[in-house]
Amino acid sequence: MQQSGKKQALIREYAQLVRRLTPKSQLGLGCLRAFWVGGAICLLGQWIAEAAQRWLSLPLSAAQTAASITLVFLTALLTGIGVFDRIARYAGAGTVVPITGFANAMVSPAMEFKPEGWVLGTGARLFTIAGPVLVYGIASSVIVGILYYFIRW
Amino acid sequence: MRTGRSTLVFEHRPRILSSAAVTGPKEGRGPLGRDFDLVLDDPAFGEKSFEQAERKMFQTACEICLKKAKKPAEKVQALLGGDLENQIMAASLSARALEIPFLGLYGACSTMAESLILGSILTDGGFADPVLCAAGSHYATAERQYRFPLEYGNQRTPAAQWTVTGAGACLLSQTGRGLARAVSACVGRVVDLGISDVNNMGAAMAPAAADTLLRFFADTGTAPRDYDRVISGDLGGVGSHLLKEMMRKEGQPLTDEMYLDCGLCIFDGRDDVHAGASGCGCSAAVLSALILPKLRSGKWKRVLFMATGALLSPTSAQQGETIPGVAHVICLEGE
Amino acid sequence: MLTYLKVFLVGGALCALGEVLILKTKLTPARILVVYITAGAALSALGLYGPLARFAFAGATVPLTGFGHALAQGAISAVQETGLLGAFTGGLAATAGGIAAAVFFGFLAALLFRPRPKDF
Repeated sequence: MQQSGKKQALIREYAQLVRRLTPKSQLGLGCLRAFWVGGAICLLGQWIAEAAQRWLSLPLSAAQTAASITLVFLTALLTGIGVFDRIARYAGAGTVVPITGFANAMVSPAMEFKPEGWVLGTGARLFTIAGPVLVYGIASSVIVGILYYFIRW
Repeated sequence: MRTGRSTLVFEHRPRILSSAAVTGPKEGRGPLGRDFDLVLDDPAFGEKSFEQAERKMFQTACEICLKKAKKPAEKVQALLGGDLENQIMAASLSARALEIPFLGLYGACSTMAESLILGSILTDGGFADPVLCAAGSHYATAERQYRFPLEYGNQRTPAAQWTVTGAGACLLSQTGRGLARAVSACVGRVVDLGISDVNNMGAAMAPAAADTLLRFFADTGTAPRDYDRVISGDLGGVGSHLLKEMMRKEGQPLTDEMYLDCGLCIFDGRDDVHAGASGCGCSAAVLSALILPKLRSGKWKRVLFMATGALLSPTSAQQGETIPGVAHVICLEGE
Repeated sequence: MLTYLKVFLVGGALCALGEVLILKTKLTPARILVVYITAGAALSALGLYGPLARFAFAGATVPLTGFGHALAQGAISAVQETGLLGAFTGGLAATAGGIAAAVFFGFLAALLFRPRPKDF
C-alpha cells in the first residue's frame, strides 16, 4: 500500500497512543507462575523417570521416554476433562514449554474438530498447532545428522 | 435523502416494532441478564456442534422478535443479517428455516448497525416492509475460527476481549407503534491505522469509530451533547479509552455521562473477560436489552448507536496484513 | 535432594524465559515451541545442551528444548551407526515415544471427551 508521509505520521502517532493506553501484562507475576509450575512439572518428570529406573529397571534414556509418555498421558487426561486450560491460564509458559504444552497442542484440536469428522476433523487437525513443532524439530535433527556425517565434530 | 457528504436522513423515520435478544449463560449472569428474552443454560443449546447452537440462537432471536410484533415470518419481506462464522452460516441457515428473502451481511462486529441502516433504507424507500435485521456470534465458534481450540491452554492478554455468545434481532416497519425510530445514519469508511495485534481489537477499531462519528457530526451539525448517549458496539476498555482520547483531540469530547460501550455493559468485573465483550452479538443483544427499552420508556430521547467491526480474517492476519476497522452509526429516537 | 532442586530450578528457569518471550516479543505460544525445539537441537549439536541435561536431568529434558536435544542426539548417534541414513532415522526414532503418545492419547481423548462448555 502506498502511503503518504502524513498517513505514516498518523500511524506512528496512533501507535504511541495505543502503547500508552493499552494495559501491560504483569511480567514479574507471569514469570513467577511460569517458573514454579514449570519447575514442578519437570520435578514430576524426574520422579517418574527415577521410578521407572528403580522399579522397571529401565536404562536412563528409556526411563526418560517413559516419563515423557506419562506426562503426555496426564496432559491428555487433564485436557479431556477440561482442567488443563485452566492450569495453563494461570501458568502460561509454565505449561507451554514442558512437553505438556506439546501434548495439549495435539490433544485439544483432536477434540475440538471432532464435529468435522474422524478423518478430516480429528485426523487432519490433530497437527494444526503442534505440526510446526514436528516440522522444525525433525528438520533440525536431519540437518544436525547430515552436518555430523560430513564434519564429525 | 442525503445530507452533507456521507449522512443519510430517513424521511419517514422507520420504526423498530420489536426486538429480541438471546444469549449464553455467561452473558445471562451479567448486569443485563434479566433483560434478555432468553438466556441459555447450555452454550451448545442442545445441539451437536457450537455452529449449530449459533444458528439456533440466531433463528430463535428472529422468531421471538417476530412473535413480539405478532408478525408471521411469511409476512416479512426481507431478512438482513450476519454473524462471524466463515460464509456467515448461522445467518444463512436461519434464513433457510425462516424462508424470508435474505440479504446476508458481513461487517464483523459492526453487522447489527449495518443491517439496521440497510433495513431502514429498504423500509424508508418503500421497497420492503417489514424488514427483519439480526446479528449473532458465539464464543466457541469464534475461538476455534480466529484463535484456538477450547481446551487449548493459553493466556489471554489484558487487552483481549471475550466474544459474546448471543444474538439480537429487530423488526423494522413503517406502520405500527415502535420502540424507537431510525432517524439518520452514516456508513463508515474502512480505516486502518496500522494495528496488527489480533489481541487488541479495540485499538484496531477505535480510529474507524472516531472517523464515522466526526463525519456524522460534521454532516448533521450536531455534537455529542445533542444525544442522550453515544453508544459504541464493542470497543471494550482499551478501544473506548482510545476513542475518547481521539474525540477529545478533535474537539468533540465524549464525557463519561454521555458515552457508553456495549462491550462494557455485558459482563461484570468477575468474569475474566479482560478488556470487555466483543462480537456481532454484543451490540445486537445490548441494543435489544438496554438501548431500545430506554428509548421506549422515554428515559433516553435520542441516541447514536454505532457498531464497530474489525475486518480481519485468520488468513489476512497470518499474512501480516494490518487490521482494518469499520464503524457504522445510526441515530435512534423515541416515538 | 540437590538433584530435585536442580531439576526444579533449571526447568522453572526455562519456563520463565518462555514467559518473558511470550510477553515481551509477542511470539505466540506455537512459535515459542518452534523456537525452543530448534534452539534445543542447535545447542545440542554444539555440545552445550548435553552438559545441562547431565546437570539438571528432567529439568532440561522435560522442556521442549530437551525434545530438540533428543532429536539431535538421536540423529548423531544413528549417523555413527548407520552413516548418512541415520540422519533421517535417528531423530524420530529417539523421540518416537513422546510423539506416538501425543498422537495416540490425542485421538483417545477425542474419542472419550468433548470440549466442555465452561466459563461461558
